[in-house]
Amino acid sequence: MLAYVIRRLIATIPIMALVAIFVFLLLHLSPGDPAVIIAGDFATEAQIQEIRQQLGLNDPLHVQFWNWLMNLFRGDLGTSIYSGLPVSRLILQRVEPTLMLTLCTMVIAVTIAIPLGVVAAWKVGTWVDRVVMTVAVLGFSLPVFVLGYALILGGSVWLGWFPVQGYTSIFTSFTGFLAHITLPALTLGLVYMALIARMTRATMLEVMNEDYVRTAYAKGLSTRTVLVKHALKNAMVPISTTIGLGLALLIGGVVVTESVFAIPGLGRLTVDAVLRTDYPVIQGVILVFSLTYVMLNLLIDLSYVLFDPRIRY
Amino acid sequence: MTEAMTLSAAPPRPVPAGEPVLEVEDLRTYFDTRDGVVKAVDGLSFSLKPGEILGVVGESGCGKSITSLSIMQLVPRPPARFASGAIRFRGRDLLKLGHEEMRRIRGNEISMIFQDPMSSLNPVLTVGDQLTEAVILHQKLGKRAARDRAREMLDLVHIPEPERRLEEYPHQLSGGMRQRVMIAMALGCDPSVLIADEPTTALDVTIQAQILALMEEIRDKLKTAIILITHDLGVVAEMADRVLVMYAGRKVEEADVVELFERPQHPYTRGLMASIPRLTAAEMETAPPRLSEIPGIVPSLNALPPGCTFADRCPHVQDHCRRGYPPLEPKRPGHVAACWESHRLPEWQP
Repeated sequence: MLAYVIRRLIATIPIMALVAIFVFLLLHLSPGDPAVIIAGDFATEAQIQEIRQQLGLNDPLHVQFWNWLMNLFRGDLGTSIYSGLPVSRLILQRVEPTLMLTLCTMVIAVTIAIPLGVVAAWKVGTWVDRVVMTVAVLGFSLPVFVLGYALILGGSVWLGWFPVQGYTSIFTSFTGFLAHITLPALTLGLVYMALIARMTRATMLEVMNEDYVRTAYAKGLSTRTVLVKHALKNAMVPISTTIGLGLALLIGGVVVTESVFAIPGLGRLTVDAVLRTDYPVIQGVILVFSLTYVMLNLLIDLSYVLFDPRIRY
Repeated sequence: MTEAMTLSAAPPRPVPAGEPVLEVEDLRTYFDTRDGVVKAVDGLSFSLKPGEILGVVGESGCGKSITSLSIMQLVPRPPARFASGAIRFRGRDLLKLGHEEMRRIRGNEISMIFQDPMSSLNPVLTVGDQLTEAVILHQKLGKRAARDRAREMLDLVHIPEPERRLEEYPHQLSGGMRQRVMIAMALGCDPSVLIADEPTTALDVTIQAQILALMEEIRDKLKTAIILITHDLGVVAEMADRVLVMYAGRKVEEADVVELFERPQHPYTRGLMASIPRLTAAEMETAPPRLSEIPGIVPSLNALPPGCTFADRCPHVQDHCRRGYPPLEPKRPGHVAACWESHRLPEWQP
């Protein structure tokens, strides 16, 4: 197991190297000169040249890459062009809301979607199944920004149950945190829920045709025991894969959700950075997201051990 | 072993001597499909005495498995429905029982083992988990008592190191071992009827013999009545007391095993017997003869011909065979068959 983890960690090196190269080139391939942006609208050519010199933009590309990479290893992701603050600090400040939003989304989605999928599979072909699947299709097709504003309208404006926007840290006030996180987590969770529910249903339908499910029924076990203990446990490997891969999909949704609900997270940071063409920040965020994604994949693979005793690493 | 046996010997349940423990009467299991009604089991009757081994034979698709699943009421309804009939188990008609009542019988008083022990055991649960489940449910045993019982059952089916096996997963066991676990699982609650649906088909020949010997041993020790479903007449000859031959959802012949093998009255039974490979030493030396086969296939069950369903494949078919289905009649003492021409069949030479 440990050997496997180490092997997998080593295998992430080339992947991350490719990501690093891509992220670095991003700055040089995209239109617009960072020096011009920093200097502002009324800068002279001499001022721009000075900034170029400062940022090392006049060095050959490979030298720039090398310096950038070395800084990266030192934990230095560069400095924001817009705010002048270190990118690493900007990211660290924004991690909590995003992490919390993702976690809450995941918890809500998984606890709702798996039972829904199981019930849909059990009642396959009936109206229950059709309702669940229709909601799943809707959830899949509804853009986050539409659902987000609809929930704000319903939950905050009409009912007044939740604050319209913003974020309260879980360390400041738990109730405030819950009030702020519920609508965004629901918004982001619907797509995710739809994905997991569909996968659960499909896998359960497959598993329910297995011989060992018939054996379980032949023992006189109740449908509930057969579904949960015998079928669902077998279905968990594909379902957990979907949960993990879906999390990656959430990264995209986080950006939009945070904008809709004005949550000061990484997504918001990304959008702001893109609008301001703040390249060092964009680079930093992409690196963080990529690393998360790669690590997530490893975690998914490792989680199989929990569900299937035949899998050994 | 002896200790295990005394512990597992259940108080004998009152089935009056000579009375059947299970009686199936005019069972009709029909499937409503888009292509019409498929009569998977069509008017089947038989009975099973305590401690008896009844062999049910026939080709694939003749209704053997649906019969057993009907007794367990594990056929999916819909599309299946019981168009008529009764399945009397100790005087109670199983077809009239509710879901909960039927659940109390399944795995408790009637249990079942299946063809492929690899796919019939749950790959993600330990052997112990799967063995204790039924006894905890039906016999209301506690965790520890259930485990003791599970160990006993593994002992009974001759699995060495039962303690260790309880912790293992099915993939850690060999095929024969898995089928032993399946049998142990089925016997946990001391059922009076065990339905074995092709229990040895998926196993190696040597393992097959061991599993069959085990089932016979269990019948002798526990007096469990066994319905042995198979397409293998060799297995039937070895094991069964009585044999029921099925064709296209119907019983076409039934007799004691010796009687059936010595004087088969139905051309279908004869066809099955002729297709058993039997090599003499002389044949081994030279080229073995080609196995005889029954030409054609089982007719599709939603469009059965009006007359005898075997007519199209029968070497002895006459015109009148196609006009009406032959009644199931006693042809000899204790020997029934459904054939218009049975009295004209040539002397059977095994």
